[in-house]
Amino acid sequence: MTVRILDSWPYKPLDEVTGLCRELVEDPDFPTVKRWREAGGKVVGHFQVYFPEELAHAAGMLPFKVRGAQIEARQAEARFGSYLCSILKTSLELVLSQRVTLDMFISHPICDAARNLAAVWGRNFTYPCQILYLPQNANSKHSAQYLRDEYARLMRDIEEVAGRRISDDDLRASIRVFNENRRLLHKLYAIKRETPWLLPADEAYVLMAVGGMIPREEHNELLKAVIPQIEARPAKPQDRIRVVFEGGFCEQPPTDLLRAIALSCYVVDDDLLIGLRWIQEDVATEGDPLLNLADAYLEKSSYSPVQHDLRKPKEAMLLKRMKEARAGAAIITAAKMCEPGLDEQVAYSKALDEAGIPYFVSEFEESMTSFDHLQIQLETFVENLLFA
Amino acid sequence: MTDGRATETIVGRGAKDGALMFRDWFQAMTGAPERGEQAAYVFVMGSLAELLRVFDFHTVFPEINALQTAVRRVAQDYLSTAEDYGYSPDICGYVKADVAMQLRGGEHPMGRIPRPSLAVYTNACNTYVKWAEIWERMYHIPIFTLDVPGSRAAGKQTWPGNADFENDKRYVAAQLKELIAVCEQVSGKKFDIDKLRETMGHANDMSRAWKRVLELNKNTPSVFNALTDGTVYLGVANGFRGTAAGSAYFKNVVEEMEYKVARGIGTLHEEKYRLIFVGVPCYPIFRRFNEMFTEHGGAFISSTYLWFASGGTNLGFEYDLSRPFDSLAEGVLINVRHAMDSMFFQDRTLLDMVEPYHVDGVVFHPIKSCRTTSTGLADLRRTVIESADVGSLFIESDMMDKRVVSEAQLKNRIDAFFEGLATRKQLA
Repeated sequence: MTVRILDSWPYKPLDEVTGLCRELVEDPDFPTVKRWREAGGKVVGHFQVYFPEELAHAAGMLPFKVRGAQIEARQAEARFGSYLCSILKTSLELVLSQRVTLDMFISHPICDAARNLAAVWGRNFTYPCQILYLPQNANSKHSAQYLRDEYARLMRDIEEVAGRRISDDDLRASIRVFNENRRLLHKLYAIKRETPWLLPADEAYVLMAVGGMIPREEHNELLKAVIPQIEARPAKPQDRIRVVFEGGFCEQPPTDLLRAIALSCYVVDDDLLIGLRWIQEDVATEGDPLLNLADAYLEKSSYSPVQHDLRKPKEAMLLKRMKEARAGAAIITAAKMCEPGLDEQVAYSKALDEAGIPYFVSEFEESMTSFDHLQIQLETFVENLLFA
Repeated sequence: MTDGRATETIVGRGAKDGALMFRDWFQAMTGAPERGEQAAYVFVMGSLAELLRVFDFHTVFPEINALQTAVRRVAQDYLSTAEDYGYSPDICGYVKADVAMQLRGGEHPMGRIPRPSLAVYTNACNTYVKWAEIWERMYHIPIFTLDVPGSRAAGKQTWPGNADFENDKRYVAAQLKELIAVCEQVSGKKFDIDKLRETMGHANDMSRAWKRVLELNKNTPSVFNALTDGTVYLGVANGFRGTAAGSAYFKNVVEEMEYKVARGIGTLHEEKYRLIFVGVPCYPIFRRFNEMFTEHGGAFISSTYLWFASGGTNLGFEYDLSRPFDSLAEGVLINVRHAMDSMFFQDRTLLDMVEPYHVDGVVFHPIKSCRTTSTGLADLRRTVIESADVGSLFIESDMMDKRVVSEAQLKNRIDAFFEGLATRKQLA
């Protein structure tokens, strides 16, 4: 499909473009997805964290990152029990309330709660709802081959929904689009890391997150246009501490929370929407594209609390991320009721204690609206560090 | 033997022998380090006991250790220790009880839990993976994830011969080979295929018997209580899987149940309502929880807990001993997948039980501690009551944490549920 979904940003000043992205990211009606469907396109909704979006893209469908929203889960609440994170409920609410309409839904067994989603979704909708079993034993020599074949299985199901075959060349073309996207996102993160005064955390976030709801070619165009403008900003460095924000791999904190943090810290790296940046290098385009995607997932990837890989102990990876970003402190968060995030907080805290690195621990919820208390606590934390 | 004496000897044997075996099991674990024996930490959904016994590992089930602290009413002390260490009140209570146990050098009300030499776990529960990572940090031991792909969607299970099944099986088989190499390294013992065949034979006996036991509760009156007796059987099914003792025990349980069926001996004096339990039991008030149902004549005739917490062995899958390794991969895949189906895609199975098991009501029991088994239950309940003419009860509590178990509130809801069931019967 060649229809343009997001056409209001070209020739606008940077601040207006980031403002537009923010509006889109925060809009619970996901107007870009609606526009895509109105133009006759089909949508594959994929739940956090990582999804090989290339497969949906190659079939001519819009891969839509399902990551909850700031809405009240009025209908979804009745489908779930208590003691659950918000993202599960609001993600289902988006489709029950028909804010978003999907043609297919795919989830992954990322955590004990989310692995129930395909079943719940499947009982409520007639379109295909399924689980993609990404390997949890990343250390088996057979994992890449297994994942390649699992992708082939999924591709068959996507083809059926799309009503068209996906050739190897289709896949290679999609991999090129997503390789470019990942390079641009890494560039955005390099700006945060090297010149954080040019790009506050909340702005970087919305510029990245909008990619999960528009065609990736358009996201690439947008990033290519804004990155030079960010680099040309006249902002000057200030005396702020450099922090890494950890805990945003699944449920997303409100943009205002990131803004509150950005008022007192430079967020030089984070794991927000890490799935969009999961693959760290280009995926090879020669040879078997499915095997290349599988190999990249396992061998060229970042880390998160929901992927087990003996080569990537999470606390060691956090320390590495902090070192590479030259961060002086960490903000260790977890979404409320997020078990993997809460489990990892303990390991992170112990490792940071051992390394003598200061850290700030908190919890958040996507629907929170008051940040005053957090801001005061964070400012106190920062002052203690600056004047220690 | 006269019938009266036989009744005395046979009826209740499963529960009594199971409890004794369990005491011995804990004692054996306590003495293991002194004897130089090694322990493998494993879980109920895919324990791999058949394979680990080949290398003479004790299989230690941290889930069972943890639930025992709740049944014995000392869980709170363990939970507090783990929370003081840094763990959130909002994570799995089993994990916290185990962390506290490890911090206390294995101290447990039934014995002393040995340190692990190895941890082997499947992905049937994500918390298994996070849990093993904790042991890796504590003890720097090898931990092995046996990743078993589950059903991709309701009703979409594949079977031997299907290309997707064979892909999954190749993955499981490759990992089993890698696990064998790890076991050889840790134990210093060579893999012995004949010993594997032997343990698999015992496991076959147990799976066959377990399936039969569960089916015998189709009878009215029901011959065992799926919540209380069932949990004892489950303990043996896990702790003694792959052993001659486990195999013999289950043959006896089948004999006991068949004996009771033949004589119409039920679990209650008057069985008024036949119930299925969905979820994990409320261990902090285990007996009382059950009494709140039996006082009304409610009998738990089945439970999804008996399916998934037996690692899916309720399917009755039997290994082909003429090709043990290949069959092990196949069986692990089918059983663990079935355990997962019993937590996520259990609606069809529940509905299919309503008529043959004469089910009056389904009790859904989501708990704070376990999102794996609890997340989808409210939605599942909607499906069940829309599709079948049964009563339903949705009550939340916990498997470990007494702080979220309100006995009075539970009782009110349970009483009201039985009033509803009585009305349904009158109207029927």
